[in-house]
Amino acid sequence: MTVDRMLPSREAADLLDLTRQLAERELAPRVAEAEAVETFPAEVFKIIGAAGLLGLPYPESLGGGGQPYEVYLQVLEELAMRWAAVAVTVSVHSLSCFPLATFGTPEQQERWLPDLLGGGTLGAYSLSEPQAGSDAAALACQAERDAGGYVITGTKAWITGGGNADSYTLFARTAPGSQGVSCFLVPAGLPGLTFGQPERKMGLRAVPTTSAHYDGVRLPADRLIGAEGQGLRIAFSALDSGRLGIAAVATGLAQAALDYAVGYAKERRTFGQRIIDHEGLAFLLADMAAAAHAARATYLDAARRRDAGRPYSEQASVAKLVATDAAMKVTTDAVQVLGGYGYSQEFPVERYLREAKIMQIFEGTNQIQRLVISRHLAS
Amino acid sequence: MNIVVCVKQVPDTWAERTLRPEDSRLDRASVDGVINELDEYAIEEGLRLAEAHEGEVTILTMGPDKASESIRKALSMGADKAVHVIDDGLAGSDALQTSAVLAQVLGRIGFDLVILGAESTDARMGVMAAMLAERLGVPQVSLASKVEVDGTALRIHRQRDYGYDKVEASLPAVISVVEKINEPRYPSFKGIMAAKKKPVETVTLADTGLDAGQVGLAAAATEVVSFANRPPRQAGTVVKDEGDGGTKAAEFLAGQKFI
Repeated sequence: MTVDRMLPSREAADLLDLTRQLAERELAPRVAEAEAVETFPAEVFKIIGAAGLLGLPYPESLGGGGQPYEVYLQVLEELAMRWAAVAVTVSVHSLSCFPLATFGTPEQQERWLPDLLGGGTLGAYSLSEPQAGSDAAALACQAERDAGGYVITGTKAWITGGGNADSYTLFARTAPGSQGVSCFLVPAGLPGLTFGQPERKMGLRAVPTTSAHYDGVRLPADRLIGAEGQGLRIAFSALDSGRLGIAAVATGLAQAALDYAVGYAKERRTFGQRIIDHEGLAFLLADMAAAAHAARATYLDAARRRDAGRPYSEQASVAKLVATDAAMKVTTDAVQVLGGYGYSQEFPVERYLREAKIMQIFEGTNQIQRLVISRHLAS
Repeated sequence: MNIVVCVKQVPDTWAERTLRPEDSRLDRASVDGVINELDEYAIEEGLRLAEAHEGEVTILTMGPDKASESIRKALSMGADKAVHVIDDGLAGSDALQTSAVLAQVLGRIGFDLVILGAESTDARMGVMAAMLAERLGVPQVSLASKVEVDGTALRIHRQRDYGYDKVEASLPAVISVVEKINEPRYPSFKGIMAAKKKPVETVTLADTGLDAGQVGLAAAATEVVSFANRPPRQAGTVVKDEGDGGTKAAEFLAGQKFI
């Protein structure tokens, strides 16, 4: 069912119409097959890139769409209603552009942003390491100064779109300590850069998640984004925005599961009536709808604060926590509504359930979100 | 080359559509309006011809205020400007009346080529291209699956059951297109932003010079006398194979005129 949205402008309404049309015609027919056989949908990113959906939250002067987060996140939600892995990749791509768009020099921005924001190239984000996830200050991948640039050595982990992206926003150590991390924009295809076998994941299987191995990879000095040692500050400044992206994706996933369950409950009859007319299931569906609405309301509140230039860190963590827990609950209950059919891969809801679980884990586990929220309370 | 694409906003083809009991007209209010599907192919063909021949594409629509959504979408696909014929007096006009209005406007704004989808998904009459060509006194080249323009020479492939006919005419002309002709492009967000600045001229009934008594439901030449709901689906025919299954299946298909 079409979600009735409050949008700030007519072009935003037209943009959401375009997104729905693309999702319906280009994502929906491909998702089941691509997720089953685990193939990266490169053509889908070409299509949504050409439509301008890969640069929406960045200024028009940098080649972006100049859209507020309130609008960009609802586009993500609509994409996620049809294909969560594609929406996650768009969110990660947007995150990967953040350091360059915010801390890059005008020369760097002119050189790389038009392609990234205009849909010509896809960016990935490379902060985590095997031993450093939520604890980003513990990362060990080295970037050593050398004549003309840097030599990168080490291993990065959990890279969404690893091996398929055109560039990687990399965080690596140029000195010891939390002030010793720097940010780089690494193009794909450099000698010495290889990617591990894709992880065998519970869900989001069409977009590979891989490790990356840097074996003395030489990087020109102009690939450093911001100043040396500024890396963690850059990474942390992007975190809240990334969390909102995942909150929107989780909301779309919850909405998709709700829509499917409601459609099924209106068709399926037991004991002489539609199962949606049995109060036991009707109330379950009502709780699912309430969870989806609550998820949308919390991420939009945080987004509107961000757009207005107000602090939104606490609200971003609340949105990530509420929306991803909602997605877990709603997708689980959607399986329940379909009964045995819900457990079958012939129907999409078991996939929704598998896709929901990671939302509670990546972009800061929900335990980290509680830590952020509680620190705001204690401060 | 001056290309005009006629676009009709229709109720979403995939939604449940009903007729209103009070005047036997389609209930448009309760369903989302979209660009008639074949008109998207007409827009795409107009844009491709304009790109190849340094032309300009004008969208021409007759419809209520809501039809401006379809105009915006056509402009966001890349059309240059639009003319919106909007007047309460036009409500309920049939194909003859609509063609009279559109022909008046086309005569005034001028054209080398008018492109239409071969039919709309709501009324499905498929007569507009013929009516416009007749009223404008130019060739009608219908059901095009391929279009070539060379100077003032126009060559098309006319879609037929057995393949296609090659048909030639000279500009100015009216052509109708079928879905085989191209793959309509999506708008882009840049196109959406650009569409905001493109000129849309609104034209009233008085501007067309037609008399209010000639148009609208009351003066329509055609009338919906009665209508009924589609009958529920019948159970299918089961052919049991007792060694003659192939013959029975063929007989069934022949009886339905499939073979």
